Amino acid sequence: MKRNIPLIFAFVAGLLVILAEFVPHRPFNQIVSTLESWFLIISGFAILLGQISLIRMNTNKISNKLPDWQYSVVCLISFAFMLIVGLLWGMQETPGILGHGAAVQEMISAKPFDYLFNNALLPLSATLASLLAFFIASAAYRAFIFRSFESNLLMITAVIVIIGRTSLGHMLTSGLPESLQFWHIPNLSDFIMEYPNTAAQRAILISAGLGVVGSSLRIILGIERSYLGGD
Amino acid sequence: MRKYVLFLILICLSTSFYANVFTAMDSPNDGGTALDLAWETCPLTEYVTIYRLTDNSEWVEIAKIAESSGKYRDIELEINKEYHYRLQIDDDLSLEASAVTKEQWFNADKLGFLVFLLIVCLAIIYYITAAKRGKTFYIRRIAGLDSMEEAIGRATEKGKPILYVPGISDLDNIETIASLTILSNVAEKSAEYGTELIVPCRSSMVLSAAKEVVQEAYIKAGRPDAYNKDNIFYLTDEQFGFVAGVDGIMLREQPAANFFLGAFYAESLILAETGFSTGAIQTAGTAQAAQLPFFVVSCDYTLIGEELFAASAYLSEDPQQLGSLKGHDFGKLIFIILITAGVILEILGYGFLKEFIVGAAL
Repeated sequence: MKRNIPLIFAFVAGLLVILAEFVPHRPFNQIVSTLESWFLIISGFAILLGQISLIRMNTNKISNKLPDWQYSVVCLISFAFMLIVGLLWGMQETPGILGHGAAVQEMISAKPFDYLFNNALLPLSATLASLLAFFIASAAYRAFIFRSFESNLLMITAVIVIIGRTSLGHMLTSGLPESLQFWHIPNLSDFIMEYPNTAAQRAILISAGLGVVGSSLRIILGIERSYLGGD
Repeated sequence: MRKYVLFLILICLSTSFYANVFTAMDSPNDGGTALDLAWETCPLTEYVTIYRLTDNSEWVEIAKIAESSGKYRDIELEINKEYHYRLQIDDDLSLEASAVTKEQWFNADKLGFLVFLLIVCLAIIYYITAAKRGKTFYIRRIAGLDSMEEAIGRATEKGKPILYVPGISDLDNIETIASLTILSNVAEKSAEYGTELIVPCRSSMVLSAAKEVVQEAYIKAGRPDAYNKDNIFYLTDEQFGFVAGVDGIMLREQPAANFFLGAFYAESLILAETGFSTGAIQTAGTAQAAQLPFFVVSCDYTLIGEELFAASAYLSEDPQQLGSLKGHDFGKLIFIILITAGVILEILGYGFLKEFIVGAAL
């Protein structure tokens, strides 16, 4: 019974969502948005579970003095601080327990929560995102090393695309006659991106789409149950 | 001179006798919230203004269009209600029309989509039923899935943990669901081998589901005592905060096997490259086409698109689930036939197949 009820829910919900895709009549056209609202409500409650997990994990680290436990102290203090300032003065247009905190806003030109978000969290996120530039370089270096026919092909293609997207590519082959314009590096680069690259991406998307259909069908029919925790 | 005068007279006559037409009709294939307006006026018309009669009997301007002939869809209307419209041509002549919004029971634009979906679903159901009757199917080997046991075994030999990241999307993403089904298999194997499994989650909903999945897998493997609920934890909802957390785990715990399976976006390369630098055996899988090249470069094995969704069935070795994979292959065959036929028909100048398919994509 414990397993059957979720399976019935999955079957009914899956079937209704499929019907809603083809039936624009009420109540079917409202089902998807209703289910999405339900999901949001459930997620709202689930956030609490996440917070409990976060606090427990870090508290365990601190109490057991596990390696790098100091980071957990920083994490918990940051968590508590953001929570407190958010509760007291709110964020953006939403007031907190003490209202909008005009006096505090005058001092730091923003609500404390927004100030910390914009001046601490966003720069940290941007810093981590900027690492991508270096990781792309190291990954590209490995991918482009001459090893096999495929890696050579990859490297030649990548070089054409990279050069074709810069002014160097334009400069190198700008002297080509009109009849050979296809071989002008920026044109070649566009061709690679527009045809072989798009074709490969679409093939992946189509096969993934079929995978989604198959996976969904297995879940709706109750054949696939491991996402519920077992058979 | 006479010629010019005659020409001007002809133009005036043609415009004055031009039949101005203004129609309003219910939009097809919708939930009864839109009406389609169409007009055809003298080609010399500079612009038309469309008005709608409100409940207070006032004409309210809803659009001003610089076209002598055209169409306009009035949306966000009330269902089963009559609406009156007025078309004013160049601040001069005005025409009126009215129509009632009606709900439709079937969206005919999606007929092609429905037909294709039914064919694929019936094929999958057919193959599942055939598998139930004992028929065996050939399923091609998927290196990334075959290597999972090897990766877990390597982690066991080295006495290091396994890291499993179920993507960064919430539970409403099918990729996350597919990832959780694979997590079940990985957790079962890690329980059998007695290897620690770490599962950091970005979403609280995924956390709850992952805990349940791992616990059940440990019970199934006969090792409920080895289950450590603290190893499945929530990090943060913040995308790059989550990446920083997972990178930290990889550098501190030095897992011997990393699994990145699910929906990944900009963080994919940061995760995979950090894992690569730790020397872990890495298996990744996503249906996000833009992230696949990053995984291919940095990971030992990559599940590409459909393979992620096939993984659970493949690993379960359950004939019914394997049968459904054969249904996918049938779908691919249909696609190949449709694409080939579409290309040939378009070259020959027949557009009906494209219209049928494009209509489905609306």
